[in-house]
Amino acid sequence: MILPKAQHLLLPPAGGARGGPVVLPLRHRRSAGSSRTREGSLWIACLAAALAFGAPAIADDTMPPAPYAYRQLDDPAKEAKAQALMETIRCLTCQSQSIADSDASMAGDMRSQIRQRIAAGEQPEAIRKWLIERYGDYITYSPRVTRLTWPLFAAPVAILLLALVLLRKRFTRTAGTGEGAGQ
Amino acid sequence: MSERPAPAATATPAATPARRWTLWLPLLVFAGFVALVTWGLMRQKDDTVPSRFIGQPLPEFALPPAADGKPGLSRADFATGKPRLLNVFASWCIPCGVEAPQLAQLVAAGAEIDGVAIRDHKEDLARFLQANGNPYARIGADNLGKVQLAIGSSGVPETFVIDGKGVIRYQHIGDIRPDDVAMLLGKLREAGE
Repeated sequence: MILPKAQHLLLPPAGGARGGPVVLPLRHRRSAGSSRTREGSLWIACLAAALAFGAPAIADDTMPPAPYAYRQLDDPAKEAKAQALMETIRCLTCQSQSIADSDASMAGDMRSQIRQRIAAGEQPEAIRKWLIERYGDYITYSPRVTRLTWPLFAAPVAILLLALVLLRKRFTRTAGTGEGAGQ
Repeated sequence: MSERPAPAATATPAATPARRWTLWLPLLVFAGFVALVTWGLMRQKDDTVPSRFIGQPLPEFALPPAADGKPGLSRADFATGKPRLLNVFASWCIPCGVEAPQLAQLVAAGAEIDGVAIRDHKEDLARFLQANGNPYARIGADNLGKVQLAIGSSGVPETFVIDGKGVIRYQHIGDIRPDDVAMLLGKLREAGE
């Protein structure tokens, strides 16, 4: 992963991909350090290993996860509610994952907060609304009907109606030509 | 299409040009679809998630001090009548160290900066401040990302302009580059008007 243009820290959760930003200079090195083959490649292997294991420690925080990031609520009904919500909230660090799937520390913070708020009796949709107020519709995977998104919901209905009209026309036409042929 | 079949049967030459034209319609629609997909694929991806909380007052919060010798941070520290910068940062965040000279420049130009340290150990933060300088008037420790979520910040570093009434006026996502300094000072001035 290459750092985005604005150097904002967006890190993938898995150990392997984390070394991403530092892989570039390594690749550069390989092309520059041409012919000294065996010694060179050994050097690169060591460097790669050092980077692979060293990078996460540099690039991510070392705090223990938030209290309810990896701990379920005692009440199974509330935990199910929280789980259903977390599966439809986007992780801001790894933007194609839900916070339920992500090990990014920020996703952990969000899970912990969602579980605690649901334990305190808050409704999942109220929490979703709270998040949308701060991050926009991008934060939720479950689309709402808004001024911008209503065509998504209206289009299938419109296409179905159009198909019905066209089909009807087609059938009446064959009937019509049939009659015409008969006359 | 709207032509009724009965007249079409009698007047075939009149109907054919119109029908010949509609024959190309599916291809045109397909070409339009390909153009849309191509545009979508070529477009530069924007990973930033801007806060929708701009224009809203800061939520109520009170963070304990993150570093020795600097007080913690609460909402009350912002409604002082003077606009301030709120810098969301962390010692483990590499671009946060990169923007340090620019923060120092902002302080030199008269800006007041408060920090929110995300998930940071005291020792790490002390080392970070010693290495990069300490431009902050106060630093609050946000170990659970609570304030970060409450103001719609999606990562580190981010810098918010807060006006004298405690309302968020501007969000800068990513590290502050040398050519952003003048812009941020302008936003501070705007917030003070």
